[in-house]
Amino acid sequence: MNVLVKGAGVAGLTVAYELCLRGAEVTILEPFRDERSAASWYAGGMLAPWCERESAEQPIIDLGSKAADWWEATLPGTVTRNGTLVIASPRDVKELDRFGGRTSGFVHIGEEAISLLEPDLGGAFRKGLFFEGEAHLEPRRVLKDLRTMLTAWNTRFETEMSAPEISDFEWVLDCTGIASSDTDLRGVRGEMLLLRSKDISLSRPIRLIHPRFPLYIVPRPDNIFMVGATMIESHASGPIKARSVMELLNAAYSVHAAFGEAEIIETGAGIRPAYPDNLPRVVKTGNRISINGLYRHGFLLAPAMARQAADMILPERNVRHETHRQWL
Amino acid sequence: MLKLYGVEISSRLMLGTAQYSSPAILIDAIKASQTEIITVSLRREMSGVKSGDGFWSLLRSLGLRVLPNTAGCHTVKEAVLTAHMARDIFSTDWVKLEVIGNHDTLQPDVFALVEAARILTEDGFKVFPYTTDDLVVAERLLEAGCEVLMPWCAPIGSAMGPMNLHALRSIRGHFPGIVMIVDAGLGRPSHAAAVMELGFDAVLLNTAVAKAGDPVAMAQAFAKAVDAGYLAHHAVVLEPRDMAVPSTPVIGRAVFT
Repeated sequence: MNVLVKGAGVAGLTVAYELCLRGAEVTILEPFRDERSAASWYAGGMLAPWCERESAEQPIIDLGSKAADWWEATLPGTVTRNGTLVIASPRDVKELDRFGGRTSGFVHIGEEAISLLEPDLGGAFRKGLFFEGEAHLEPRRVLKDLRTMLTAWNTRFETEMSAPEISDFEWVLDCTGIASSDTDLRGVRGEMLLLRSKDISLSRPIRLIHPRFPLYIVPRPDNIFMVGATMIESHASGPIKARSVMELLNAAYSVHAAFGEAEIIETGAGIRPAYPDNLPRVVKTGNRISINGLYRHGFLLAPAMARQAADMILPERNVRHETHRQWL
Repeated sequence: MLKLYGVEISSRLMLGTAQYSSPAILIDAIKASQTEIITVSLRREMSGVKSGDGFWSLLRSLGLRVLPNTAGCHTVKEAVLTAHMARDIFSTDWVKLEVIGNHDTLQPDVFALVEAARILTEDGFKVFPYTTDDLVVAERLLEAGCEVLMPWCAPIGSAMGPMNLHALRSIRGHFPGIVMIVDAGLGRPSHAAAVMELGFDAVLLNTAVAKAGDPVAMAQAFAKAVDAGYLAHHAVVLEPRDMAVPSTPVIGRAVFT
C-alpha cells in the first residue's frame, strides 16, 4: 500500500512510523525542507498528561497516558521517567492548591522532599507537587531518530511533488499543522529559550506556577535547559519578543539564581495548530486523512493520533516489522 | 434597562475573555452567562491583530458588543495609544481604561487614569475607567467626561470580594445618577450579589469564571447571582435591626406572653 504523508513534524513522522510497522510503503512530503519550520522543533518534550490536565480536558489523559511507553518502545533510551515537579514562588503558593485541585496523580511534598528530588532547588521552595508518573524526552533527538529509522525502512523524503504524483497514492495524510487549509484551526504562538549552565543540575521538568502561561524548565543533555513557553493567540511567526524573553528569563532566574549567569544559546518561536477545544482531531475524508490540532501536546498526543489514523488504513501491526526494528 | 453611553443593555454581567483553557470553553461560558458585553485585552494577547484572527473571529462570531481594555498599560501615553489601536481594530469608541500604577498589586494609577480619561474623552472615546473606590478620583473622572465608573471591590484576580463595603456604599450613594460597574476582585457569585444589592448597575469579571473548575456552570451561577442582587436592590432590602421581630402575628393566640 502506497501512502503519502504531508508534513515531517511529530504528527507526520509518528504516523509514518505506525504505517511502516503495518507494512505500508510511505513517502513523506516536506515542502518546507527546514525542520525548524515545524512546531515540534520548539517543543518542550514533556510527556506530562496529568499536569496538562490543569488547563486541558480529560482526553489529554485518555490519549496521552501511554505516550511515554510508545516512545520508549519505538526509540529505546530516549525517554526519561523522572516525573514532574511543580513549584510556586511564595506569593503564588496558594495557586498550588488550585493546580492540585484540578489534577491528579501527584503527591504534595515539602522542602525536604524537594531537596531530595532536586538538590539544587533545596531551601528555595517549601511546597510542591510531584507527578511521579510523568516523563520527558528531547524532541529534536527523537525527530532525528525517527527520520533515521524511517529512512532505513526505505521511506522516501521528498520536497516537491506534482498534483498528479500526489493523486497516485492510495492514501494521503495531511500532517501539515498550521500550514493546513483547515479553517477551524488557529495558531497559538509559543516562544522558548535554550539556556546553558554548568552550575545547575536538574533531573526532571520543573513547572513554575505563573499567572499567564504554564512555565517550565526542561533539562536536556550537555547542560542545556529549555525554558518555555508563551501562549499568544497569534499565527505570526518571527523572532521572540523582548517581553517574552524577559518573562521567561525572570521565571528561570526565580527558580535558580545561577540561570542569571547562563548562556542564551537559542531563542525560538513556533506556531501551535489548535482547534477551538484545544484537542487534536483525526478526520477521514475519502482517501485523505488529516491529523491536526496537536496544540501544545505534540509529543504527548501524536502517538495516539498516529495509531488512530493508521487503524483507519491498516488495522494490524505487522509483527515482522516489530522484530525488524530490533536490529536497526 | 442598563444604559451605557446611550446604548441599552439587558445583561448586567460582563465577562473578560482571558485565561480560559480553550476558546471552546470560553464561548460556552459566554453563552451560559447570557452576557452582551465582553472585554478583550489588546495589548498582551493579540500581538498584531491580523495574526490573532483565529481567536478573534471566534469571538466575533458571537455577535456581542466588545469593550476593549488597556490592560497592562502603565502610562497615559501607552493607554491612549492602545485605546486608539482598539478603536481601529474593533470599530468601537468604547474603551475600558486601565492604567496600572503598580506592577505587583495591579492598583490603578488614578492620576494617570484621570489624565488619560480626559484625553480620550476629548478625542471622542466613551471611557469606562477602572478605578478605586475613592470619591474624589470618581469626581475627577466625571469632570473628565466619563459617564460610567468602574470601581474595584478588591485587587484584580484576588477573588476576595467586596473588601470595603463602607466605601462601596458611599461611592454608590454619592453619585446616585451615575452608572457604576464593579470591576475586579470578585471571587464568587455571592460577592456579585452583594454589590448588586448595594445598588451597583453591573459587574465585570474574568478570573472567577475562567479559572473555576467548571467555567460554564460558574458563568451561569454569576448570571443568576447578578439577577438576584439586582432584583433584591429594587425590591428594597430589609435593614437589619437589633431585636427579634415575630414573623407571625401574636394576636389570635390563646395566651399572650
